[in-house]
Amino acid sequence: MSSDTFTHSRALIGRHLRHLTRTPQQLMSITLMPVVFVLVFGYLFGSAIDVPGGQKYQEYIMAGIFIQVVMSNLGLTALGVVGDLDNGLMDRFRSLPISRAAVLIGRTTNDLILVAWSFVLMSGIGFLIGWRVHNDFLSVLGGFGLLLLLGLATSWLGALLGLALRSAEAVNAIGAIIVMPMSFLSNAFIPLDGLPGWMQSVAEWNPVSAVVLACRKLFGNAGGSTGDSFPMQHPIPMALVLTVALLALVVPLTVRAYEKAASKK
Amino acid sequence: METAISAEGLRKRYAEHEVLRGIDLAVGAGEVLGLLGPNGAGKTTIVRILATLLPPDAGKVTVAGYDLAREPKEIRRRIGLTGQYAAVDAVLTGRENLRLIGVLLGLGKRKARARADELLEQFDLADAADRPSRSYSGGMRRRLDLAASLVATPSVLFLDEPTTGLDVTSRQLLWQMVRQQVDSGVSVLLTTQYLEEADQLADRLVVLDKGTLIAEGTPEELKRKVGGERLEVSVATAAELPAVVKAVADASADPPRWTRRPVASPSRWSAAWTPSPRSRPS
Repeated sequence: MSSDTFTHSRALIGRHLRHLTRTPQQLMSITLMPVVFVLVFGYLFGSAIDVPGGQKYQEYIMAGIFIQVVMSNLGLTALGVVGDLDNGLMDRFRSLPISRAAVLIGRTTNDLILVAWSFVLMSGIGFLIGWRVHNDFLSVLGGFGLLLLLGLATSWLGALLGLALRSAEAVNAIGAIIVMPMSFLSNAFIPLDGLPGWMQSVAEWNPVSAVVLACRKLFGNAGGSTGDSFPMQHPIPMALVLTVALLALVVPLTVRAYEKAASKK
Repeated sequence: METAISAEGLRKRYAEHEVLRGIDLAVGAGEVLGLLGPNGAGKTTIVRILATLLPPDAGKVTVAGYDLAREPKEIRRRIGLTGQYAAVDAVLTGRENLRLIGVLLGLGKRKARARADELLEQFDLADAADRPSRSYSGGMRRRLDLAASLVATPSVLFLDEPTTGLDVTSRQLLWQMVRQQVDSGVSVLLTTQYLEEADQLADRLVVLDKGTLIAEGTPEELKRKVGGERLEVSVATAAELPAVVKAVADASADPPRWTRRPVASPSRWSAAWTPSPRSRPS
């Protein structure tokens, strides 16, 4: 990244953070939503479900709840991009002599900061309902690193979606079609060995599953029964590889879509 | 640089719909060219192409001396774009909007601040500078948008229907501010639906309809060509027409041509006069 791109991205991150401090509803949604997630999934469900191996459900489930915020980042970024297209700001940015990636880097980085903020809150609430990490500090940090990396990928995917669909309604509809299977056809909430064979394979190769399992390992939380497919046997390297592959696929497509972006009129 | 904008054989098609069917136009340095035409004529498409936002299907374009296909980034350094709707961030204040553009243009923080202050003063926004721009009136937002397009001190300015939807006072204020830019040597491509606006600002006009240029000239020349005077009188029955025609002919110094045609109700007829070619002022 050239120093210009860095300066431009930083200026645009500043713009987004100002939005956050001035629109209370946005701040509420990234603050309250994660808290509600933890309470509903961790506390409410936790009292009804037993984890094989005798560990507490709260410990099993936290990685899955973190993933929900990571996945919802797709919609956050997509709607932001649609907003900029709608009000003509995207045209203004595109008529400026700035790097093609700066606008996208600014937005995705900002949204990643919001995800990190949600993680901090969720960890606090998680602690209160009984979630504990049983590993060294660096491993735990590595787990959050993987989550953030996946969050970056979903954010770029969201930007691509926003640029391609150019309408909030379409983003909500198509976004759900992408997010739902990715988060629920994974080990985020359920052990995979109960699934029919082909579905189990899909779920095991889902980057979300690798990241979730890697996080459970790095946090020292129970993994549940994991299956013997390659990604489930080597979750940490595979989480890294699958997420980086997703980024490598999506980022160039998104930059191209930005170049061609036209407001819907 | 003698020509600010030159376009030859510009074409653009969306699926089945041919939006531009071979447009040639040129804007001289320091000139204001008005692009006049109804909605859907292709005005905005032309602006979007010239401002590097949309690639043409065919045509050779240079803006500010640079080739559009080869050096769009050089063009972006030298143009300002004010769109149909004000493209400013509604949450940020006027000052923050202009500073952001300044930083993105590589002015550096200090210069960006100074340039923002200067423009806020110049566009009569200093008092509102620290309010979020969503609280601005329509006219103020357009002025902020215009200011935002001038942060880089561009040599070529695109104004895409800059005053659509504004009240008379705001419109005149904006015109005055555009004129200041023209006086300082900026070349302008202005699109508008209003003949009055074109008349006020443009040195030369082209008229666009369904993707083709159908007329060109100074505002005066065009008004003479297309805007002839016309008198229409409706009568209750066809039998009354000859008397009316005679009365009008007697009253005018030069016998006008006239046509008769039925109007909505079959029992009513009207006579319409247009000045005969001889009687036009030249």
